[in-house]
Amino acid sequence: MSKFKENNLKSKLVNRINRRIIVSGLLKASAVALLGWHIRKLQIEDSEDYKLLADANRVNLRLIPPSRGLIFDRLGRPIAVNEQNYRVVFIREQTNNPRNVLARLSNIIDLDLKIQDKLLQDMKKRSSFIPITVAENLTWDDFARISVNLPSLPGIIPEVGLTRHYKEYETYAHVVGYVGPISDKDLKSAKKVDPVLQIPKFQIGKVGIEKKLEKHLRGRAGVSKVEVNASGRVMRELNRTQGKSGENINLTIETNLQKFTSERLKGMSASAVLVDIESGDILSLVSTPSYNPNNFVLGISQSNWNALLNDERKPLLNKATSGAYPPGSTFKMIVAAAALELGLIGLNDKIFCPGFYELGSRKFHCWLKGGHGKLTLQEAIQKSCDVYFYELSRKVGVKRIGAMARLLGLGQSYDLPLTGLSKGLMPSKKWKKERMGTSWLVGDTLNVGIGQGFSLATPLQLAVMTARLASGRQITPNLIRAPNTTPTQPKPLSIKVNTLSAIRKGMFDVLNEKDGTAFKFRSTDENSLIAGKTGTSQVRKITREEREKGVIKNEDLPWKMRDHALFTCFAPYKKPKYALSVVVEHGGSGSKVAAPIARDIMLFQLYGGIPPLTAYPETQKLEVRSRLLDIAKKINLSANIDLNI
Amino acid sequence: MSFFIKLIYINWPLQILVLATALFGFLMLYSVSGGSWDPWTKPQMTRFFISFLLIFVMSAISISFWQKISPFSYILGLALLIAVYFFGETGMGAKRWLDLKVIKLQPSEAFKISIVMTLAYYYHKLPVSKVSHPFYVLVPLLLIIIPAFIVFRQPDLGTALVIILIGIFVMFIAGVHFGYFLFGGISFLALLFVLFKSRGTEWQLLRDYHFKRIDTFLDPSTDPLGSGYHITQSKIALGSGGLFGKGYMQGSQSQLNFLPEKHTDFIFTTLAEEFGFFGTIGLLIIYSLIVFLCIYSALATTNKYSRLLITGLCMTFFTYFSINIAMVMGLLPVVGIPLPLVSYGGSSMIVVMLSFGLIQSAYVHKNNRF
Repeated sequence: MSKFKENNLKSKLVNRINRRIIVSGLLKASAVALLGWHIRKLQIEDSEDYKLLADANRVNLRLIPPSRGLIFDRLGRPIAVNEQNYRVVFIREQTNNPRNVLARLSNIIDLDLKIQDKLLQDMKKRSSFIPITVAENLTWDDFARISVNLPSLPGIIPEVGLTRHYKEYETYAHVVGYVGPISDKDLKSAKKVDPVLQIPKFQIGKVGIEKKLEKHLRGRAGVSKVEVNASGRVMRELNRTQGKSGENINLTIETNLQKFTSERLKGMSASAVLVDIESGDILSLVSTPSYNPNNFVLGISQSNWNALLNDERKPLLNKATSGAYPPGSTFKMIVAAAALELGLIGLNDKIFCPGFYELGSRKFHCWLKGGHGKLTLQEAIQKSCDVYFYELSRKVGVKRIGAMARLLGLGQSYDLPLTGLSKGLMPSKKWKKERMGTSWLVGDTLNVGIGQGFSLATPLQLAVMTARLASGRQITPNLIRAPNTTPTQPKPLSIKVNTLSAIRKGMFDVLNEKDGTAFKFRSTDENSLIAGKTGTSQVRKITREEREKGVIKNEDLPWKMRDHALFTCFAPYKKPKYALSVVVEHGGSGSKVAAPIARDIMLFQLYGGIPPLTAYPETQKLEVRSRLLDIAKKINLSANIDLNI
Repeated sequence: MSFFIKLIYINWPLQILVLATALFGFLMLYSVSGGSWDPWTKPQMTRFFISFLLIFVMSAISISFWQKISPFSYILGLALLIAVYFFGETGMGAKRWLDLKVIKLQPSEAFKISIVMTLAYYYHKLPVSKVSHPFYVLVPLLLIIIPAFIVFRQPDLGTALVIILIGIFVMFIAGVHFGYFLFGGISFLALLFVLFKSRGTEWQLLRDYHFKRIDTFLDPSTDPLGSGYHITQSKIALGSGGLFGKGYMQGSQSQLNFLPEKHTDFIFTTLAEEFGFFGTIGLLIIYSLIVFLCIYSALATTNKYSRLLITGLCMTFFTYFSINIAMVMGLLPVVGIPLPLVSYGGSSMIVVMLSFGLIQSAYVHKNNRF
């Protein structure tokens, strides 16, 4: 190769190199321009979108659950309160292996495999960042141990929450009800979804006042805006809008009386309602057996729930307002009032009772086999003669009996914040036609006249009826004490004073005349004389055959077949202040079973504590004393009972 | 010429821009560590200033010396790559690092210099007439492919591709006939086409997860919490910076740990978030000026070795920052390539500073003929 050629080649190559260096430089410049253009798009054009995304990343809204309104008794003693609850929650997205974390946690606290599986399932159902409650109501020791071991438990967060606690346990279960963790069903049925309901296991009212007054008790959730880092850890609070605590509620019920009543009814399937006649305030409302509402707060176990549900004495049922019973002889005042108002009978008119009442070929029996002989209205109430009221109810007729019953408060429900309120039943001809398809018979009227047959009343209604009879005013019951309102006196009933006083006198004689059905269970204190009416309502049909052989005694029947024992009363007789009804399911006779209970409760209210023995007849003092001392000890009340009788 | 007189002749604007970029880096490292000199800023500064002095020393050494040792750099680089294969440390599923006690070296990074030096040497020695001869094209190709394959097996696809890219680039600058590149480019595209066509067929050429990774790259939102997460968060950081940024140390994305690798590969996002468009464009301009000054220096030299060396090293620097920025913006898949002089890390810092040492040496001795 010639030198010239090589030089020529060389310079050609140098030119090529230079050219390519410059071309590559230009390519680089255009690449940079492309990058710059894209940066411009991200940082200027789409910047606002990305700013929002960055904020969404960094800002988390956390709900601060409001503290639930407290419930107090008449005197301001707490019944339902909020207690600190040490619990741990788990956020799944903070770990790759939730099963592992739970297994490690189970070394610290009791957490069996079944629960672990259920938790893992729950987690799968919800978004991975939603905290799931793993364990609640931990002891401080467990709580502290978990807190110490947090580094090995990613996703586990110890928290202090508030949880409902019912300080009087069983005593108020049927009135106050309980709260429980919100269920999927609750969430679906909620009309307006309060964001606070989204908090897992948020406690809402399920039964009773807790449910009916949920709106007032719940309050409003606060919102905390927090900045979180990529792993969800809260770095700082940006701002906070305060929530509002729920409203506190004062009941009309008084705790000591409520406890005494509960204790007095213990062991029975019974209920009692005591109403203040002036204001209509319910001072005590008890249904037994009861249950511990605290068991429901964190969710009740299936076995406990089944046990409550299958108990034949129905502890979950509020018998005082949801239980409807044939009112038995306590209904006789209504028939009497209707007859007197209509002028169908005079105060001195007498009716003869031979022990039965014949209607065509059918015989209607009086509870007293031999009959009562000739009776005035007052005596008929006192002795609870059936034949007298067969006669009377036939004269009045079912329509007018029904009208009087409604006037006195039966067959209707009251505006009380309770769940499952029963209206009872006041039958009419139309009702029977619609319900049974058969027409009303005179025999039906006779049965209704003595509180049997189709009519049904709740213990609350019986107490209201008694209060209305005792006051002559249209008493309506309340459970909630509105603060700062002076009670207005209810309207008078359109019943003549004479009518009312005759019935009251009859009721007085029930306890205070020798032949009264509850004479044994009178009060002997001049200032606290009780007037009342017994009732025994049959739950089975007595056949003619049985009647001839002799009616089987309650004690010999299976529990479910025994009569209901009822008693309704007011006191003091001269200036009535309180009305009370007691119903013992399948308790036997009203005069033997319900009356002594009612006397104890009424006297407790009249004396404002365990009643002194001076209010009891001499022969009963020993028995009463041991009973009252026993109750006083159980409910922790001082009994000022004279030991030397 | 004495050492100090030589210092007068170094490319001072280039040197000052390098310093400026590094200062930018310290600022960002201080921010991402939440306003602390530890654990990143201090070691980074120490490393930088030592290697900054090294540039002066290197620039005083004659370029003919560097030219002479070029083949040995290739042998050393290859030896290190093989050493990694046997003694390397495993991290993040790959064997890339060699623990040399003083520093943890990533030989695949260092090889980016070796390949440039070697090819510059090769073409400097190769008679002009043989530049486009098929055999003499095959030799440099093998020189590129062998180390690239070793790196690919580490596995480090990204660096392997960069080594190939730089090597081919030097061949291009050296004046190899354009036809080769045209042919190479067309066959590369054909290969890509076949690869994608093979998906889901019996003769599928890549594994499923490779395709999946490509899918995620093409649309990060398909896997927002998996590998797409990083790129989504990174874009949020960039975009939310806006025109002026959120202020120094005020970037919520980086300060709250939404960003991955925020002190190394993704440090550009912190810069973008805290200083906004002005910060990012500012850095981009500094980088461009560095590249410009390198090209200027290359054209100023009078020997082929220097010219190819500077252009090749400049390309190395360019690939670093352009690929990194394109990566954090989601324009390229996530391959572990740092932002030069800014990202925390020893290996890339040494590679970049050695490059500038060589560039300055070539510039100082631009009139040497050999």
